[in-house]
Amino acid sequence: MYSVEKLYRPSSVEEALDILDKDPGTLPLAGGTDVIVTMRKKRPKNVKLLSLAGIEQLKGVFKMADGTVSIGPMTSFTGIAGDPIIQQKYPMLATAALSMGGPQIQNVATIGGNVCNGAVSADSAPSLFALDARIVLQSVSSERIVAIEDFYLGPGKVAKEKNELMTRILIPPHESFFGGTYIKFSTRKAMDLAILGTAATCTIDEKQKICKVTIALGVAAPTPIRCPKAEAFLTGKLLDRDMLEEAGRLAVLEASPRDSWRASKRYRTGLIQELTGRALEEAYRRAGGRIYDTDSVDIK
Amino acid sequence: MIQIQLTLNEKPLTIQVEEGETLLEMLRERLDMTGTKRGCEVGECGACTVLIDGVPTDSCLYLAALADGKHVLTIEGIEQNNELAAIQKTFVEMGAIQCGFCTPGYIMTSYALLQKNLHPTADEIRRALAGNMCRCAAYGQIIEAIQAAGDLMEKQSGTDVNRQEEL
Repeated sequence: MYSVEKLYRPSSVEEALDILDKDPGTLPLAGGTDVIVTMRKKRPKNVKLLSLAGIEQLKGVFKMADGTVSIGPMTSFTGIAGDPIIQQKYPMLATAALSMGGPQIQNVATIGGNVCNGAVSADSAPSLFALDARIVLQSVSSERIVAIEDFYLGPGKVAKEKNELMTRILIPPHESFFGGTYIKFSTRKAMDLAILGTAATCTIDEKQKICKVTIALGVAAPTPIRCPKAEAFLTGKLLDRDMLEEAGRLAVLEASPRDSWRASKRYRTGLIQELTGRALEEAYRRAGGRIYDTDSVDIK
Repeated sequence: MIQIQLTLNEKPLTIQVEEGETLLEMLRERLDMTGTKRGCEVGECGACTVLIDGVPTDSCLYLAALADGKHVLTIEGIEQNNELAAIQKTFVEMGAIQCGFCTPGYIMTSYALLQKNLHPTADEIRRALAGNMCRCAAYGQIIEAIQAAGDLMEKQSGTDVNRQEEL
C-alpha cells in the first residue's frame, strides 16, 4: 500500500490540465512502471497522482496531412510495436519498444512516460533523437513545441513544467530513400537496461549519396545525445568502410560515457566506436544504399 | 477510498479500494485470492501477472483503482467446469513446476499467449515469457508444457479453436 492522498482519473486533456493547474504538486501517472517502482523505493508520503490512463485522446498513432507522424504519449510500447504506421515508416521505434523491459512492462509502459522520466537509458530516446522528434507540451494557458534534444535537461530532468502535460510526440516527415535502425546493447535480451543505445537514420539520393544522416546515443552522456560532428562528416558522401570507422571515432569524441556497474567507461567507449558504424551501415542499407567493399575490389 | 466496478474472473464486482492500493494487494489482502503471488514488487519477476482485458500485466505495478471497468482474470479464474485448464494440466504432467512460486504468473502469461497462438515456437514462447522468472530454472519443461497445452486445447475443441484462429 502506497501513501496516496489523492488519485485523479480524468478522461480528457482539458480536465487533466485543469487539475494540474488547481492542485500543484500533483504528479502525472502514465503506465506507472517507473512511478510505482520509485514510490516503493522512496516511500513518499501523501502523494497526489493524476492517472492519464483514461484519456483516449492521448493514445494511438496517426499521420497528419503533411506526413508528420503524431504519436499519442499514452500509447503503450506494445501499441507502438504493433502500430501499422510505425511498422511501415519507422520500424526502428518498434524495435526500441520491444527491447524495453518484458511483455508485461511493454503492455502498460508508455512512450510518453519513458520520455518524461528523463532516464538516459530510455529505450525510445535514441530513436526519437535520431528522428528529430518534437514534443508538444500543453498547459491550461499555453501550448509549446520543444525539440527532443531540448527536452532532456539532465539525468531524470526534462523541460516539462509541473503544470504541463506532454500531449503529442511529432515525427517530421522523411524522404522516401530513408532508413533507420536502433541497436540496443545489453547483457540480456529482455528485462535489462541498455549499456549503450545507438540509433541512426540515413536519407540518400538516387546516386546513394547521403543527403541527411542522424546519429543518436543513449547512455553515452548524462542525457541521450546527437553526434553532430559525425553527422556533418558523413553528409554529402558515399558511404564506405573507412567512413564508418571515422564516424565512430567522431562519435566517441562527442560522447562522455561514465563508469557504472553495468559497464566501464572504456567498454562503453569501445561500444560507441563499433556500434555507431554498425547502426550507420544498417540505416544506409535500409535507405537503399550499399557499401561496396574496397577489399574485394583489390582481390580482383 | 474509491469505489470501482470491474469484472473479476467473469463475475461483476463492486469494491472499495484505497487510492494507493495495488491490484495485487486488492486481490491478495482484500479478496483473499492468494493464487497471484507477490514476488519482487517492482515488475521484474512476473509472479504477480494477471490478465487485464486479456493482456498480461504485473499487478504489483497497477493501481487497483485503475482496474475500474476492466476485465481482470487471475489464476483462480481459468478453470473450466471445475476442471483445470489445459495449461494447468500440462504444467503438472510435464513437471514444469519445482517450488511453484512463479507458476501462477507463468500460467497466466502462457494462457494469454495460447489464446493468440495455439502452436508457438520455442522462440515465440521465450519472447512471450521474457517477463517471468523461474528461479528453479524449470525453463525447458515450461516450454514443453506450453506446447503440449496448445496441442491439448486443439484436441479438446477442434471446431472452437478453428474459429478462434480465424478471428
